[in-house]
Parts: sequence; C-alpha cells; structure tokens
Amino acid sequence: MRDALRAVFLRDILQAWRRRADWLTTFFFFIIVVSLFPLGVGPEPAILRVIAPGILWVAALLASMLALPRMFASDYTDGTLEQLTLAPQPLSLLVLSKIVAHWLLTGLPLVLMGPLLGLQFGMAPDMLPVLFYSLLLGTPCLSLIGAIGAGLTLGVRGSGVVALLVLPLYIPVLIFGSGAVEAVGVGTAPGGHLSLLGAVLMISLVVSPLASAAAVRVALE
Amino acid sequence: MLEARDIACLKGSRWLLRGVALRVEPGEVLWIEGRNGSGKTTLLRMLCGLTPPDEGVIQWVGQPIVDAGEAYRRELLYLGHANALKDDLTLEENLRSAMQIAGRTARSDEFDEVLAQCGLIDRRELPVRVLSQGQRRRVALSRLWFPDAPKLWILDEPFAALDVESVQRLSDRLGRHLDGGGMAVLTTHQEVALPAGRTQRLRLDA
Amino acid sequence: MSFNWFRYSSPQTFYPLAGRLAPFFWIAAVALTIAGLYIGFFVAPTDFQQGDSYRIIFIHVPAAWMSMFIYVVMAGWAAAGLIFNTRLSSMMANALAPTGALMTAIALWTGALWGRPTWGTWWVWDARLTSELILLFLYVGFMALHASIDDPRRADKAAAILAIVGVVNVPIIYFSVKWWNTLHQGSSVSITRAPSMASTMLLGMLVMVFAFWAYSIATALTRVRGIILERERHAAWVAQLGTE
Repeated sequence: MRDALRAVFLRDILQAWRRRADWLTTFFFFIIVVSLFPLGVGPEPAILRVIAPGILWVAALLASMLALPRMFASDYTDGTLEQLTLAPQPLSLLVLSKIVAHWLLTGLPLVLMGPLLGLQFGMAPDMLPVLFYSLLLGTPCLSLIGAIGAGLTLGVRGSGVVALLVLPLYIPVLIFGSGAVEAVGVGTAPGGHLSLLGAVLMISLVVSPLASAAAVRVALE
Repeated sequence: MLEARDIACLKGSRWLLRGVALRVEPGEVLWIEGRNGSGKTTLLRMLCGLTPPDEGVIQWVGQPIVDAGEAYRRELLYLGHANALKDDLTLEENLRSAMQIAGRTARSDEFDEVLAQCGLIDRRELPVRVLSQGQRRRVALSRLWFPDAPKLWILDEPFAALDVESVQRLSDRLGRHLDGGGMAVLTTHQEVALPAGRTQRLRLDA
Repeated sequence: MSFNWFRYSSPQTFYPLAGRLAPFFWIAAVALTIAGLYIGFFVAPTDFQQGDSYRIIFIHVPAAWMSMFIYVVMAGWAAAGLIFNTRLSSMMANALAPTGALMTAIALWTGALWGRPTWGTWWVWDARLTSELILLFLYVGFMALHASIDDPRRADKAAAILAIVGVVNVPIIYFSVKWWNTLHQGSSVSITRAPSMASTMLLGMLVMVFAFWAYSIATALTRVRGIILERERHAAWVAQLGTE
C-alpha cells in the first residue's frame, strides 16, 4: 500500500522534474498577475499596502486554478488513470498522493514567493509571516478543492468550465487567507482566521480525495 | 472464474450491447470478436469494473465484482488501448511504478529477467518518448512476464502493433498462463494461434 | 396491501403523473401570486421608515428563500440519482437547476432595486447579497458542467458530485462571507432587517412564499416532462405517445 502511494507520488515529481519548464508557468503566472495590479491601480504606496493581501491571494487562486488541468489530464489520455482505478489500493488515497505532489509543485512555490512579493507592496514586517502561514495553510486547500474540479472536467467540451466550478468553492479560502493578513494590518490577532483556514484544510482533506476519486471514476465510465 | 449474465450497455439512446453472457473457467481464454464499434472495448471495461453495466451482473468466483472490490482487482491485470506509459520516464521507471501501483513490488533481478525475456533489456534506460509504437506496446505487455502475475488477464488488442516474433512470444506466454490455471479475455483483429480446445469465441455483432 | 413508492421512480410512469399534477401547481401559482401581490401592494400599510419601497420584499424574500432551498433539494435529488442510480432523480435535479438560478437572479435583482432607494446605491457588498451572488455561481457551475458533458448519464453523475460538494460548501461559504462582512464594518447595512411587520405584511409574505413554492414545483414538473421526452425519445412508450 505504502509502496503504491509512494510510486504515484514519486512518478509525478520525477516527471515534473524532467519537464521543469511546464511547472514554472504557474509560478511566473503568479508573479505576473501580482505585478499587473500596481500598473492597473497606480503606484500609490498607501493604496497598494491596503490591497496587497487581497491581490496576493486572488493571484494565488488564479495561479492554482491555471495548474489544475495538469492534475489528471495527461493520466486520463495515456491510460494511467485506468490503471490507478484498477489498482488494489483505494483510489481516493492514490488521488491524494497525486494532490500532494501537485501541491508541492504548484502550491509550495507560491508560499515561498508570497512574502517576497509582499515586500514589493510595502507590507509591514509583522504581516509577512502571517502571509506565509496563511498561504501555507491555504494553498493545500486550493489543490484539494481544485482536484475535484479537475476530476469532474476530465474530457469535457470547452476548457473554461473548471474555472466556473472551482472558483466559487475557493471563496472561503480567499476570505480567511487574505483576512488573516488584513487582520494584522489593522492591529488585530490573525489567529482566528488561521484556525478557520486550518478547519477548511481539515474538511477538504476528508472530502476532496473521496469526491475527486468519485469524479475520476465517473470520467472513466 | 469469471461469469457475466445478461449484460447490456446503453450508449446514448441505442443499445450497444444486449443480453451478453459469458463464462471463463481457469485455463480458458475468451476471444471477443466484432467489427469496430461493436462494443468490444466497452465489454472489456465492464468486465474490469471501470464501466458499470446498465443491466446484468458480472461475477468473480460467484461474487459480484462490485462487492469483491479489492480482492477482484488484486487478481486482475487490465491493459487497455492506451499503454499507460509516461513519455518522460525511462522504460524501467515506467515499469517499476506500474508494478508498484498494481500492488507488486518486484525485485531488481526480476526486472532484469523480464526485460531480457521481452527483448527490451538494452533499452531500459531510454525514455519512452523515443520508443516506437510496437516497443511501447511490448513495454506495457512485459508486466505479464513477472512471476506471480494476476490470475485474470483482460487485454484490449494486445497483438496490435507487434512484430511476428513478439506475437509468437505473447501467445506462448498466454499458453503458459493458461497451463498454470490462469484466465484471459482478449480482443484482437489478427488471426492468432490461441491454444486449441481452451479458446472460446464470442462474436458481438452476430 | 402496500403502496409501491418506487413505481413512480421510473420516467415512464412519472411522465403522465407529472402531466396531471403540473396544471394544479400552475393554477395555484397564478392564484397565489395575484392574492399575494394584492395584499402586498394594496392591503399592507406603508412603512413609516421606508415608505412604499419596502414592498419589494414580497418578491425578494420568497425568491431568496426558494433560491437556497431549491439548491438543497436539487443536491438531494442529484445525490439520490448517484446513489440509487435512478434516472428520474437526476432528471429532477436537472429540472430544478434553472428555476433555482432564476430565483437567485430575482433575489439579486430585487435586492438591487431595493438598495437604490434605501441606501442610494444599486449594490452593496452585504453578506446576504454576496452569498446570494456566490449561490448564483454555484448554479451556473452545475448547469455548465452538465451542459459540457455529452453523455447524459455521465453528466448526471458528475453534476451530482459537484452539487454534493456544493452543499458541503454552502454553509462554509455563508459563514465565511458573514465573517468577512462583519470585519469590514464600512458596509454593514443588512438587507434583512425587515421593517417591523404588520400582520397583513406577514400574511402577504406568506402567501407569496406559497406562490413561489407552487411556481417552482410547476416549472420543475413541466421541465422534467421535457427532459424525460428528450432522453427517452427512442423508447417504445414515447413512440406510442405520438400515436395515441
């Protein structure tokens, strides 16, 4: 059982390593979207400082969504997903390994890059660690929730549908994530937001592997 | 043994399959024949449990495969049209992860032996991207050569894209599998010498 | 002798039943709407704070209630279709989705109409309005996913999974939006702080709620008949309908 989970995980990581350029797309997309806002809103530091948490979080949502088609799409076309479904292990656990690999490749870079971009927006030093923790708790939620959307949209007509499904479900993560950082900005404790984000993570950890596995099964029928 | 009764499949508003019955005992191979679009692949996918039949029941050793679940999947080896290989990984990496996902962690010397038997040993370090269609098929099929392979093989067009020598090698391997009490269900367009007396034929468009 | 409930779970037997029931609900919907609007617009007294503009609540509040309720019912049907593999359940879910989306849109539209005279702005990022907007997104997602999958059975199942995930998410979304709203005190006007209700107001509201119920059931039954015909158009019993 553990061998199989490890095999799924390592294969995705190894494959991504051999195709590094593909995965850097998400990362640079995040940076570019964040950099667009000062150009659109104007370089006024006071304004930018206020909207920075929201911008960073919205950009993280969009970047994570952009990476979703990679979660299952190639496995779906090359037959790997059939093999995963027919493996003796529960499909939900195998899917969870894929989600973890996906998060390491697309979510973790955003977590590490977030505080650096926060500096660009003149965020106060005490906001940066909170931004880091909120992204650390929040981006796994995005990968987990996104996996459901990625599974449901396998082989469908039209490529934008996944955004319609996933973005509304992302909203609590956005609210608690940016809320934590904003809370520090107005001088209150971010603990409540971060705990709620943790609660969302726990719920997603339970619901998402089951729902994604069900979605994958439906797609293969 | 594998048994199916009254299998039906509705595609859109048309019956693709209706009233299909089959029974495969240990040591037997079932050859499913039919034109393109006659439902061969769909039937194989139903036997695996990927597609639930719209009517009828499929049983493994007397138990519906839906209930048998993990126990059934342990005894099953399915190879579909797609080879389930990753272009960027080497032949050996592909095979190793495929085996681990199927719940069988094979030893290194077993890999050496299997790859030698399948004539792939000199290509083991190559990424699958550079292999030809026939070679890719052989990589996917090489899972059949590992010791204690699953009992039931469900193979969709296993002989397609293979050269004469590989076809012979596969039908030999199939023969030995049946000798050992194994079962197989397969589709093929080619006339292949399958073990006489132990081959059933099922025509879908008859 | 026991009554067989599952008899009506087959599209073939449900089709004529829905056909017999739908007219009653259509008549009830029209009659109740006329009665409710009459009470709301002519009998209920003018509110001393908001004047006559409050009267939009006779449409806004029932629409908002129905929009949330229909989503839960729709998810329930979709889940039943997924678990028991009953085609009719999935068709019911499908038939409800546009009505639910319509109710959400009405609630948003009337909310904006109310906001204009009351707060001087068409839109406020109030917790209720924002949740309602997200609910509209969820309906759109459900319908878009269903429409983008060609095989209707697969579409039913995929949309059902989405609806179930949505139902798990709705309370979390609602709570998060509320929390978000209380933290940003700037726009803490609440749309549901209804004026102190006179009993005729309450009566008008109740009648309108029943009218919306009847309308939703009527549209769902009518629409499910269309869906049954479309999906089963090659079945023998549908072919017979034309000859009768």
